Amino acid sequence: MTELHTNGPDAGGGVEAPAAADVEMNQYVAARGQVNEDKLRQDDEIIGQFGDYTYGWHDSDAAGEAAKKGIDEQVVRDISADKHEPEWMLEMRLRGYRAFLDKPMPNWGVDLTGFHADDFKYYVKPVGKQAATWEDLPDDIRTTYDRLGIPEAEKSRLVSGVAAQYESEVIYNSIQEDLKKQGVIFVDTDTAVREYPDLVRKYFGTIVPPEDNKFGALNTAAWSGGSFVYVPKGVHVDIPLQAYFRINTPNMGQFERTLIIADEGSYVHYVEGCTAPIYSTDSLHAAIVEIIVEKNARVRYTTVQNWSNNVYNLVTQRAYVREGGTMEWVDGNIGSKATMKYPACILAEPYAKASTMSLGFAGKGQYQDTGAKMIHLAPHTSSTIVAKSISRGGGRSAYRGLVKIVDGAEGSSSNVVCDALLVDDFSRSDTYPHVDVREDDVSMAHEATVSKVSEDQLFYLMSRGLEEKEAMGMIVRGFVEPISRELPMEYALELNRLVELQMEGSVG
Amino acid sequence: MSTLEIKDLYAAVETKEGRKQILKGVNLVVNSGETHAIMGPNGSGKSTLAYTLAGHPKYEVESGEVLLDGQDLLKMTPDERAKAGLFLAMQYPVEVPGVSMTNFLRTAKTEIDGKAPAIRTWTKELTDAMKQLKMDPKFATRSVNEGFSGGEKKRAEVLQLELLKPKFAILDETDSGLDVDALRIVSEGVNRAKAASDFGILMVTHYTRILKYIKPDIVHVFADGHFVKTGGPELADELEETGYDAFMPDGSSESALA
Repeated sequence: MTELHTNGPDAGGGVEAPAAADVEMNQYVAARGQVNEDKLRQDDEIIGQFGDYTYGWHDSDAAGEAAKKGIDEQVVRDISADKHEPEWMLEMRLRGYRAFLDKPMPNWGVDLTGFHADDFKYYVKPVGKQAATWEDLPDDIRTTYDRLGIPEAEKSRLVSGVAAQYESEVIYNSIQEDLKKQGVIFVDTDTAVREYPDLVRKYFGTIVPPEDNKFGALNTAAWSGGSFVYVPKGVHVDIPLQAYFRINTPNMGQFERTLIIADEGSYVHYVEGCTAPIYSTDSLHAAIVEIIVEKNARVRYTTVQNWSNNVYNLVTQRAYVREGGTMEWVDGNIGSKATMKYPACILAEPYAKASTMSLGFAGKGQYQDTGAKMIHLAPHTSSTIVAKSISRGGGRSAYRGLVKIVDGAEGSSSNVVCDALLVDDFSRSDTYPHVDVREDDVSMAHEATVSKVSEDQLFYLMSRGLEEKEAMGMIVRGFVEPISRELPMEYALELNRLVELQMEGSVG
Repeated sequence: MSTLEIKDLYAAVETKEGRKQILKGVNLVVNSGETHAIMGPNGSGKSTLAYTLAGHPKYEVESGEVLLDGQDLLKMTPDERAKAGLFLAMQYPVEVPGVSMTNFLRTAKTEIDGKAPAIRTWTKELTDAMKQLKMDPKFATRSVNEGFSGGEKKRAEVLQLELLKPKFAILDETDSGLDVDALRIVSEGVNRAKAASDFGILMVTHYTRILKYIKPDIVHVFADGHFVKTGGPELADELEETGYDAFMPDGSSESALA
């Protein structure tokens, strides 16, 4: 296991400047460091103003208040019974629960010493039955979604199906008729267990087994909601499937479980976006996403997440890619208290391809430990990882990645690019690239850069008439651009806006 | 008619060895339409003068005044100076990855003018200016200065000069790193921009060759942080012959530094 720490300007990165000017600039920057205390105070004020922040409201919460904290075997059995699940699913949950008890807390990555499983609620059921239209939703929930802009998106048919998850239960779900005709299934996972038991049983827990990792195990025990997608052979879903969900109950664990199966030669783009209101006590988000990419199929899974600064975001995302299949993870992680997330691809058969493009933004008091895993099990498989991170206000971001190429996976290739941007002098970025190659005939490339928003960049843009804040925004948007251009338009705009919001107060 | 006045300007920079005074009493008056060549040996502080005028935070003004039509430039941030009509063509333009030249130029134009340029005329103006600077149209979609050759960077600076139409342009070693053809194209761009908006020019240069293309009205020798000699274009010819040694502090010479 190799650990490569890259703090400060690195070979191949950074901004060109004459060497002498660099030395002088460092001196200057050191002097500016003292100003940063003031900036932190400004940050606090901004966070204080978050009451006005668009996503910072929360609604009345009669259902959530009644739910019980903590998890034990009875809670797991109750969840299963309440959902009228088949015996095999209860067994799966209990396996997950036992594994959760057995497995130690991770002693690497983010600081989880403040994490106590008993602080969270594991099942909150807000409404009795699933709503069929927006009008059927309770007023306060509809208001919440209105503010998230979902009905507009629905009306303008930007989305082909919307599954909106409110607390633990998917309460609204729609899918357009033409998709139905093509045999595409897009329902919440609870419904899928009832209506498509054979399909779910065949794949559920096969990519991420109950014993996989501590938080994956917790999800298996307590999961609720999430999306189930099945795309039949040869079907090309040409508009993105979207799901919005939010946490709206303090101390409530959110354990959605998503399972996507793309049959031979099919294509689907699934988009997951979430915003969470600000709360004073810690919340937990421990999701699992399992994806099966059959022969020559292609799946893209896009996430733009903006958790409030008290959420533990501990997510397991993994795809199994068969011959000639393509898996693409596009992942924007903004907000949260701590994120551990490493979208993985198992390239199981020849000519399978995978890519991960991710952006992590670590602000004050935040730790984004993100990355990717690429497991090459077959010949001529290829993978690409592009990981970008921004740290500011003392925030910490890390790239943690694994590329494994087994003996016999000849002709495989992997390319890893990590770019870290430090906005000030007291934030931190680390790179932990693990590489395990057991085959000679492969191509491996790894490139890591850490750069700082330099005074010279700011000066250059300001000397062309841009105010400091605008200049900083332009630099950061430019850094994020390789990720944002991969997103659907409305998400790209949202990502830019979220990044700008995170950048508030970063200039003095 | 605009006037840029520099009065007894002193400026310093913090270095590892402590504070170092670089500008030591600079006095200069530049009017619209005038071209001043500022020539001097390496390390004399002429680039520092350029950056201090534009407001680079690294340089701290100790005393003196800089007035643009009576407005105190030294009280302004770099963007305010740009809006007041000052433009600095940099020797080392900085890369801004992910930001397209088009986006950057339009944003800058909007900020400087206080309103967005009309789309139709703007596009034509940009295309024409790029054509005259012999720039590939694809250039507009590339990231600001990223992966540009030395010549491309200088062209991009002159393109901005043409589009932003300042009252005063400071050209910091715009001739450095250019071959003969590129030097001619870049110089013609400067002359075109000046013919269009009649700005004053402060041309900082080490060598005389750019003066063949951009004719100075006044030539200054800058050494040890201030102007030591001022004359007409003939002074440049004299420097070509004698070099800067006569203006160097005792015991050092330009050739010895090289």
